[in-house]
Amino acid sequence: MSENNKATEQAAPAKPKRPKPKSMIMLNEQTAALAENTRKAKEKGEKIGWSTSIFPQEIPEALGLYIQYPENVGAGIAARKQADPYLQTAEGPLEYNNDICSYAKINLAYAEAMNEGGTLVMPDFLLVANNICNQVTKWFENLSKTLNIPLFMIDTCYNSEDYVTESRVKYIRSQLDQCIKDLCEFTGKEWDEKRFIEVMDISAKNKELWIRANELLANEPAPMNGFELFNYMSTMVCNRGKASTTEILTQLNNEIDEHLKNGTSTYPVEQQYRIFWDGIACWPYLGHNLRTLKQYGINMVGSGYVKAWALDYESNDLDGMAKAYSYCPANNNNMSTFIKRRADAIKQFNCDGVIFHINRACKVMDCQQLEAHRRISEITGVPYVGFDGDQADYRNFSEAQFETRIQGLVEVMKARKEAQNNG
Amino acid sequence: MADIQKRLSELAAAVDNPKERLEYYLGQGKKVVGCFPAYTPEELVHASGMIPMGLWGAQTEWKEVKRYLPAFACPIMQSNLELGLRGAYKGLSAVIIPTLCDTFRCVSQDWRFAVEDIPMIPVTHPQNNANEGSTDFLVSEYESVLNKLSVITGMRMTDAALEETIEIYNEHSRLMQEFAQTANDHLDVITPAIRHIVMKSAQFYEKAEHSEIMKDIIEELKNMPKHNFTGKKVILSGITAEPTEILDILAEYKIAVVGDDLVQESHQYRVLIPEKGGSAVRRLALQWKNRKGCSLVHEDFKSRGEMLVELAKANEAAGAVYCQMKFCDPEEYDYPICARTLRAAGIQVLQLDIDQQKGSFEQARTRIQTFAEML
Repeated sequence: MSENNKATEQAAPAKPKRPKPKSMIMLNEQTAALAENTRKAKEKGEKIGWSTSIFPQEIPEALGLYIQYPENVGAGIAARKQADPYLQTAEGPLEYNNDICSYAKINLAYAEAMNEGGTLVMPDFLLVANNICNQVTKWFENLSKTLNIPLFMIDTCYNSEDYVTESRVKYIRSQLDQCIKDLCEFTGKEWDEKRFIEVMDISAKNKELWIRANELLANEPAPMNGFELFNYMSTMVCNRGKASTTEILTQLNNEIDEHLKNGTSTYPVEQQYRIFWDGIACWPYLGHNLRTLKQYGINMVGSGYVKAWALDYESNDLDGMAKAYSYCPANNNNMSTFIKRRADAIKQFNCDGVIFHINRACKVMDCQQLEAHRRISEITGVPYVGFDGDQADYRNFSEAQFETRIQGLVEVMKARKEAQNNG
Repeated sequence: MADIQKRLSELAAAVDNPKERLEYYLGQGKKVVGCFPAYTPEELVHASGMIPMGLWGAQTEWKEVKRYLPAFACPIMQSNLELGLRGAYKGLSAVIIPTLCDTFRCVSQDWRFAVEDIPMIPVTHPQNNANEGSTDFLVSEYESVLNKLSVITGMRMTDAALEETIEIYNEHSRLMQEFAQTANDHLDVITPAIRHIVMKSAQFYEKAEHSEIMKDIIEELKNMPKHNFTGKKVILSGITAEPTEILDILAEYKIAVVGDDLVQESHQYRVLIPEKGGSAVRRLALQWKNRKGCSLVHEDFKSRGEMLVELAKANEAAGAVYCQMKFCDPEEYDYPICARTLRAAGIQVLQLDIDQQKGSFEQARTRIQTFAEML
């Protein structure tokens, strides 16, 4: 028997894992179903699409099209620590620069060289909305060129003003109309207005349920470990117009309500600090991030994801839909809108601190973050700290830096709390 | 030869010291508006009776800007914001910043909050040019720019003034296209660095003035006997091909530039404002609809690679240098597509990192030397 085996034998038995909540089981089933149904549809000769994450999914959903979301799959690959071969292929034989978005690198490698047996079914068309960034346009342009398939675009126009101008609404609306026409023509599907309204209603319901679940974390102590909500995002990204999402989110809300009723929480230790997380999760190090925060009793109660799909429009109001898809995503709006939304959320969730992710993959998030957080902190009085990371490229993160930065934030939050307690 | 050298020296001085050009126009009592790259509607500034001046960064140390941008942001944006923060652009009545990429979006906002004494005028170009509504949208964006410019001038630009400006700009663009072609018969005089200086210099002149200089240069070139260039010929592609040390290395290895696909250079001149199409503002907007083959312009089944092959073949270039602006993601996405298309057509490709900051050029030299041997 080796020394190592001895050590294993003497170690404490592994802590039993908490059983998965029903909502999570339902979510996993939904994810598997989407992949399986898409695969079967492709086999039957249906046209399959890939889409960016905040595309007006109401249109393809109403047409009954099978759509998959490369950003979501990229995040999953990164979280499972399987990104390396994709990154190497993208930066090696495919000649992509290390600097581009890591979701894009994973997906471009997948599409061109590594799609054998993968969960993403190779697409026949692409759907792009540039409300999350410009890089998605470039990324999907390349997919369109290399796979020789059409790209249907909704250009949502960056909002330099604090509101969506009428000229934007008119232009985006005209693209929505065009997109419906083009998709019908390309896929051979018939447009059904009644079904479209139904999908809009389901999407609105799901949006409300998503926001409600997130906002329940404003309770103190929060009834849930905020990081767990990251897992549920996929239902909003990939299945936002489906009734199955209503079921999952209703179940999730019920579970959180139950915790509130019982005074319990899925956060595993005593909650000492409440923080707002700004930016995409650092998927390859989610476990490490959580463990580090947990050491200090820090729960992430608020994040940019709370209102990420707050697409407010009346059912069957296409002008309203046009406006919503331009105004909702933070990255499509000017800094004053960004500051106001973040400051409001920090107050709403009664946060003690802010952690912002300087995401190497995402210039649209990084290049105004420094000034924005100075201003947000001036408004809220809440301290903040940034750390260098990457949403999917594991090479751009330092565990030591993250730990030191969090330690620093805790010291400031602690001093601030003591000062508040002492009046 | 004396005249052409004098004219070229004038342009070189302007490129070397744009600040002097700014002071020259301010001294004449003109108002000057800074135009960030790229495709900024400078015609609107011109027709409003002001001088548009290009802001394309500088070789400058980044200090203040570190409070706003991470190290991996575009070098031109870093320098522009640094100079703005330091007060180097004092005298500009405003800056216009388009939001053509992710960094642009943010820098427009950083400027707005950080450089409070020089107002920022944003402009968003539509990216779905295939859609009918895109031109109406751009017209409305241009009208919004005009509203903001009128605050500076205290008067409204007239349609007639813009008509006149369009004529000036189209004439200038034709001259720049003619220069690019004529220069290829005189690669002894028009070295890569001089070609770059001429193409860039228009950013710092009122265009009718620059046209006069260009007419002299073109005439002088045409009067000279054609030069039989025996070196190697390439085309350049990218945002910019700076600093000029890079271009001097090309010349050192007897490589001439016979065409460019640079946003800072030929992209400014290659698409004329259409003669017809409605009001002057609408015609200006239609120019954008006709743009393609650029990383900052969305286009179905991007044609840039094919356009590069055509440019290389038309000018008998054996190679293409892809001038990769550091941290410029739109360009990084286009590179693999362009490189594959060029190679398939038998054209050699060199991807060269471009950073405006002073530094060692030894790596670039080695790569260019190897490339020269391959051509």
